[in-house]
Amino acid sequence: MSGVRVLVGTHKGAFILTSDAGRARWKVSGPHLSGWDIYHMKGSPVDPDRIYASQTSSWFGQVMQRSDDGGRTWNAVGNEFKYDGVPGTHQWYDGTPHPWEFKRVWHLEPSLTERDTVYAGIEDAALFRSTDGGQNWHELAGLRGHGTGPKWSPGAGGMCLHTIVLDRSDPRRMFIAISAAGAFRTDDGGASWKPITKGLHSSYIPDPTAEVGHCVHRIAMHPSRPNTLFMQKHWDVLRTDNAGDEWHEVSGNLPTDFGFVIDVHAHEPETIYVVPITSDSLHYPPKGRLRVYRSRSGGNEWEPLSKGLPQRNCYVNVLRDAMAVDSLDECGIYFGTTGGQVYASADGGDNWKAIASHLPAVYSVEVQTLP
Amino acid sequence: MIHVVLPEPLRVLARIRGEIRVTTAGPPTQRSVLDAVEARYPMLKGTIRDAATLRRRAYLRFYACEQDLSFEPPDAPLPDAVAKGAEPFQVVGAIAGG
Repeated sequence: MSGVRVLVGTHKGAFILTSDAGRARWKVSGPHLSGWDIYHMKGSPVDPDRIYASQTSSWFGQVMQRSDDGGRTWNAVGNEFKYDGVPGTHQWYDGTPHPWEFKRVWHLEPSLTERDTVYAGIEDAALFRSTDGGQNWHELAGLRGHGTGPKWSPGAGGMCLHTIVLDRSDPRRMFIAISAAGAFRTDDGGASWKPITKGLHSSYIPDPTAEVGHCVHRIAMHPSRPNTLFMQKHWDVLRTDNAGDEWHEVSGNLPTDFGFVIDVHAHEPETIYVVPITSDSLHYPPKGRLRVYRSRSGGNEWEPLSKGLPQRNCYVNVLRDAMAVDSLDECGIYFGTTGGQVYASADGGDNWKAIASHLPAVYSVEVQTLP
Repeated sequence: MIHVVLPEPLRVLARIRGEIRVTTAGPPTQRSVLDAVEARYPMLKGTIRDAATLRRRAYLRFYACEQDLSFEPPDAPLPDAVAKGAEPFQVVGAIAGG
């Protein structure tokens, strides 16, 4: 009997929510790895019981955890992230050169085909890979070695590599995004990278159409259309249909095009979801009404989805890694809030309900559709 | 045997109950004691000292014999009472309010 497992990373531990395919009743397990920031958890598509977790703390630094039994038990694996060669410098807040320093792991992306291979996006921005289940990590240095690296500078949230998108049709192609640096693509397995920012316009940087400096918040892809990507930028929602060679804005009738999350329906490649947030200084929904917006046309035309979501006095945020979809016949949509709620819709967004409440602030939500 | 007391989150991480005891090859120092702790509990590498620089993490302190040893050189000998196992070497997490 199929079911769903929702992996929730929070400010004070990991929670695992499970349900059968009906998605009506949910069991909450946790906190696992309690007391630590769990930036992200994600399961291997090859072996769903293998789950990787980024466990981090201002006191104790970075720990990497792996479960091989679907999150029931965890074991620490390797936590050494050493930049390749001489790390060099990037630009600091005051414009001076600043050495690259490892701070934490923001995002984990298990390989689509290899059980023991997993990618990690870290702060200060770099991409690492492990081919032994997380025991050892090696930098894919071509990204940071890209000519623009010394010009990258952190935003207020730190210079994090937070998005890794793998292409099921071409294992050598990968997309990544970095806060306040931009988006990049490799076509050779990570050896070399190119910025994919043509068409982006950011009025908060000196040259609004510069090659780097755009604060990309999230990129999403439907696996059946690897050349089409959707982006939630600091401001603006955009799409590309040529793998990032050129983007165009599809914010359309959104009440605000600021936000963090974006995702794609599992079975409808032109149906996408965002959660509009008021502005870059007001990190809560417009008018205190929490609404997911859905476009069935790949952008521009958006409809608010509010049934079952709080429509007054709601001042939470939805962070960049905190939305996911399942792949059951009727696609489920999930997102978590900084107020500690996890909301789910079992009907593509028409109706929502809280499947967990009163958790610590939610950093990330991932979903596994189990056989 | 050197007695080492770790903060609760690290005891949970390493699955340790109570204090631990380690031995060092020569006179115990911060470095040799922490090397011994990390050798026995590899999951603690990088959690007390930065893995690359081996510098003490900013929000941790090293105490022993009612003294703050956090700013002592890492190769300075620890007090005799610690070396003899009469007093523990304590790794203490910074308090945080709010």
